[in-house]
Amino acid sequence: MSIPFNFRLTDFPVEAETLRLEVREFLSTALADVPKETRAETWYGADEAFSRKVGERGWIGLSWPTEYGGSGRSAMERYVVLEEMLTAGAPVGAHWIADRQSGPLIIRYGTPEQQEKILPGILRGETYFCIGMSEPDSGSDLAALRTKAEKDGDKYIVNGTKLWTSGAQRCQYMIALFRTSKDEDRHGGLSQFIVDLSLPGVTIRPIVDLAGRHHFNEVVFEDVEVPETMLVGKEGDGWNQVTAELALERSGPERYLSSYALLQELVKEFSERNDFEGVTEIGRQMAHLTTLRQMSVSVAGMLNDGENPALEASVVKDLGAVFEQDLPNIAHRLMDLEPDAQGNDFQKYLAILTQISPSFSLRGGTREILRGIIARGLGLR
Amino acid sequence: MNDETSQLLSDTAEKLFSDHVTKNCIIDAEKGTWPEELWSEVIENGLNLILVPEELGGVGGNWMNAGILFKASGRYQAPIPLAENIVASYILALGGISQPENSILTILNGAFIAEKDLLSGSSPRTPFASHSTHGVVLYKDGSNLKVGLIEIDKSNLKDNNNIALENRGRIDLDKVSFIENAIVDCDSNLINKLGALMRSNQMAGALESILTQSVRYANERIQFGRPIGKFQAIQQDLAVLSTHVAASSVAADYACSSMDKGNPDFAIAVAKSRIDDAVSVGAGIAHQVHGAIGFTYEHGLHFATRRLWAWRAEYGSGSEWSKILGEKAISNGADKFWPSITEGNLDI
Repeated sequence: MSIPFNFRLTDFPVEAETLRLEVREFLSTALADVPKETRAETWYGADEAFSRKVGERGWIGLSWPTEYGGSGRSAMERYVVLEEMLTAGAPVGAHWIADRQSGPLIIRYGTPEQQEKILPGILRGETYFCIGMSEPDSGSDLAALRTKAEKDGDKYIVNGTKLWTSGAQRCQYMIALFRTSKDEDRHGGLSQFIVDLSLPGVTIRPIVDLAGRHHFNEVVFEDVEVPETMLVGKEGDGWNQVTAELALERSGPERYLSSYALLQELVKEFSERNDFEGVTEIGRQMAHLTTLRQMSVSVAGMLNDGENPALEASVVKDLGAVFEQDLPNIAHRLMDLEPDAQGNDFQKYLAILTQISPSFSLRGGTREILRGIIARGLGLR
Repeated sequence: MNDETSQLLSDTAEKLFSDHVTKNCIIDAEKGTWPEELWSEVIENGLNLILVPEELGGVGGNWMNAGILFKASGRYQAPIPLAENIVASYILALGGISQPENSILTILNGAFIAEKDLLSGSSPRTPFASHSTHGVVLYKDGSNLKVGLIEIDKSNLKDNNNIALENRGRIDLDKVSFIENAIVDCDSNLINKLGALMRSNQMAGALESILTQSVRYANERIQFGRPIGKFQAIQQDLAVLSTHVAASSVAADYACSSMDKGNPDFAIAVAKSRIDDAVSVGAGIAHQVHGAIGFTYEHGLHFATRRLWAWRAEYGSGSEWSKILGEKAISNGADKFWPSITEGNLDI
């Protein structure tokens, strides 16, 4: 057996480092009024006015080809924008999904009409997408999904329920995976659609999370008529399309930076103390963070070169979630301060991140699923 | 050197080690036998001179190239001081010194001073000291930093081993004369840093080895009527091991690449710190998967795990390097924390 992954180091090109300084400059004023609680949530914090500002700068769709209205820049430059936004605590949640995966999916598989209709709004930071994959009886077992889209003339009639749909309440569209036919192969018969969430028969119900926040939703479809022109790619090809999409979803900087604010706050706290354990632990976490970043950047480089680093992406996401989830516990162990939404900055970050950290190894593929993918790569399944 | 050279180097090392580093070779080395045949192959291929400039008779490679050899020697648990000789010949070359014909170098690590070109000091744990003919040392001479080459006199040597039974002899010198010495312009802590760099890479290689062995064993060992690798509990553990193997390899590469860019302090500390954690998790999983057989001397897993446990403590433990990172990060302040990571530099 040989090691099945290959993370070669990737350097940022000079223009990416120039862009980094532009982004830092922009954020130094654009974030002035964003409260700490929102900053702690990074890509789960949403601010539509902020998204429009990012769109104006041309930083949404940065790496999309120019013929689709993108800036035609490299994936490495896009990576720099993302990591700078996340570490600064920018509320990028509104446009995040559309920029990361819905737009690229429409560019890759969509029709010219779909592209013309939808991409410009995404680029302006005004059109937002959510992901319709999970259902009440299909979580990790995605292929068990049951929401049906039945062909009826020039439209599909959709019935069923999507669950844990983050941000649906503010999105105009969902990229949804529906069952379009019964197939012997359980990965067959699935298709992706662009669903306009304002269509009659769509109901979005909030699901409040354990921290009292409204992020995810239940989206119910009752005889919703989706025009056939909104099918994305080929009917029955949904599984393959989704699998390719997941590589984009699993390796980005958002997969290890979710608790970053807390680490930076720890540095601040310890600058006023002389504590051997704390200092060593900060250094240790810095080593983990730096290594994760090199791994994630390596995957970005492979994507930029047109490779399919699905296995490497799973490794990054699994290690990244462990890192993100360790930080609130480490912060708690080192500091004798309660998590307190009304406390100082450290306490606010600790309050929010302690509570939301369980989601880090659930969203975008659970820890167990990712490790199963890795085990398959190792030749164990 | 380009990618093609890297590939050639990697193929050469793989072939050489897979042919010569047999289980018996390692067992004999643990009993104190010098693996003459293996070593002469290494010398014949010039692997020890990878970092020495061509004008000094070397190969003129870079640290990414050296990293390939460090990792390969760790992957095969080659019981020879290849990594040490690569680093020692590099340090000598910094002072323009070529190593003597047929010499085996070791690196003296400790506090040394010289008066009137006579060297005094102690190197408490000197790698492969009892097999080495010459020692390389960095020392202060007045306000100058110098590199020196000395002959190893067995009467100054007290034998000792690390837990992987690699020789780590104590060398005490009292006014010993040099074969050659020269002023160098480098970091006075260079030996410790390069030591951490080579051990980090060797550990990355040894971690690959325990992953490969564990996956192979899990696919072969049958319990409850099927290979244990078919059980999810084992699969999940091996997946975790592999994530640490991947992280270690990246951290080790990052350190080599930063060395080539002339700005290695941050990356070396990151590598030694990160890989230390990988060893703690990884060696545990490898042994758990192997069960009792992996706990025997007869089975070879321990050749890698004992090295990992020894190497993680050499040239500064992970905590030691973490402390260096943490102290700098805190004195830089929170606002510079992220920029120091993107620049790979703590002195900003």
